[in-house]
Amino acid sequence: MTGPGFTVAVGVVALLALAGYAAGLWAARDRGHWPARRTASWVAGVAAATAAVAGPLADGAHDDFRLHMVAHVLLGMAAPLLLVLAAPVTLCLRALPVRAARGVSGVLRSLPARVLTHPVVAAASAVGGLWLLYRTGLYAATRHDPVLHVLVHAHVFAAGCLFTVSITGPDPAPHRPSPAVRAAVLVAAVAAHDVLTKMIYAYPPVGVGADEAGVAAQLMYYGGAPVEIALAVLLCREWLRDRRGPITVPRRPAGRRGDPRTSRRTPHRDRHGGPGRDRVAAQ
Amino acid sequence: MSRPTGRPADPPPVPSDAARPVGSGKRVLRINLLCGFLLGMGVVAFVDEAVFHQILHWHHFYDRGTSAAGLVSDGVFHAFSWFATVASLLVLARLRAEGSLRPRWVTGGLLVGAGLFQLYDGLVHHKLLGLHEIRYGVDLTPYDLVWNGVAVVLLVAGLVLVARSRAVADRPPR
Repeated sequence: MTGPGFTVAVGVVALLALAGYAAGLWAARDRGHWPARRTASWVAGVAAATAAVAGPLADGAHDDFRLHMVAHVLLGMAAPLLLVLAAPVTLCLRALPVRAARGVSGVLRSLPARVLTHPVVAAASAVGGLWLLYRTGLYAATRHDPVLHVLVHAHVFAAGCLFTVSITGPDPAPHRPSPAVRAAVLVAAVAAHDVLTKMIYAYPPVGVGADEAGVAAQLMYYGGAPVEIALAVLLCREWLRDRRGPITVPRRPAGRRGDPRTSRRTPHRDRHGGPGRDRVAAQ
Repeated sequence: MSRPTGRPADPPPVPSDAARPVGSGKRVLRINLLCGFLLGMGVVAFVDEAVFHQILHWHHFYDRGTSAAGLVSDGVFHAFSWFATVASLLVLARLRAEGSLRPRWVTGGLLVGAGLFQLYDGLVHHKLLGLHEIRYGVDLTPYDLVWNGVAVVLLVAGLVLVARSRAVADRPPR
């Protein structure tokens, strides 16, 4: 329905994303080691997102709610996780000249960025958007209105990325709330996602048969689970890593919190000792 | 669990309070018990999902007539138990790396967590909220008795172990 022009546009965007990452790698080649798994993660993320919006899967998804749901899990959950794990912001800060990098980190520190990447806001927009899509007439409307269709896909993808980055990820995020808050938001968001899948099973969206909805709901439930578990692993691992010293020893008294070695939040989260944000801060 | 490699910038662990030897005291007991408790919930949820939903197909993904409260409880149950499994396994690995792992204490917490969760599933989910039954088309009484009976046995065994571990933890260190 979206036509060959749309497919070409998606292909161009995907190629630009790959080329941009490659250019970043080239520009930052003498700024320390860059793990190959991050690059692999970027390529896989771009592939997953592209497959969800253009090509045979996306074409089939228009008439088949089950394929639609596979595309949804790829676009809104798997691709965002893979892209966030590729640490694009860290690469960007390493690759750009200092002045531009400072501009980027200024944008990341700005109020709108902080609001959009707050876990509660991001979770509400990601899961709330899905509730709107499947529990109102919105899904039926997207099948007839190409513009709406594209907008909904863009929202699912963007909200998925914001939610993922609000929970965890290797990029610098000095304003993330404590791991406990993020864990609570993650559990709540996953629970809301699970409840929605069962609602879809019980009450299919307008224009979707009960059999299709049943399979699609289980695809959403069990297909989303690996991504949800991966988020939990990453969040817990980060919490344990930042919890300096043995966990069987209580935290230092409040008076000692100022000690940078025991501070719970490390301002510099680039784990590979590269000159990522430090370079910007030091200028 | 060792720390992630490739972190040259990572400072060495901060020395603990000098007077407090690592691996003793109430805090070690508490963390071991809590870790087991969370893992117990995760194990029950995993068995429920893998064995009763996927392998036996006794449980249904959804029952017509499930209440809204049942759906919400089921969603939170699923989401929380997965998170608890992940968190407790990582804490378990960390305890082991620090030499503070006490398998008996973990087991005690695990049995209590598993028993409580199974009892909650058996009584609140299956009976009170009508989420789904253990099995369909059969007389449920023996199933319910075994399900909840197993839960009570797990719970009591866990409580005994926890009481014992508390007694051990209260003993002054040798």
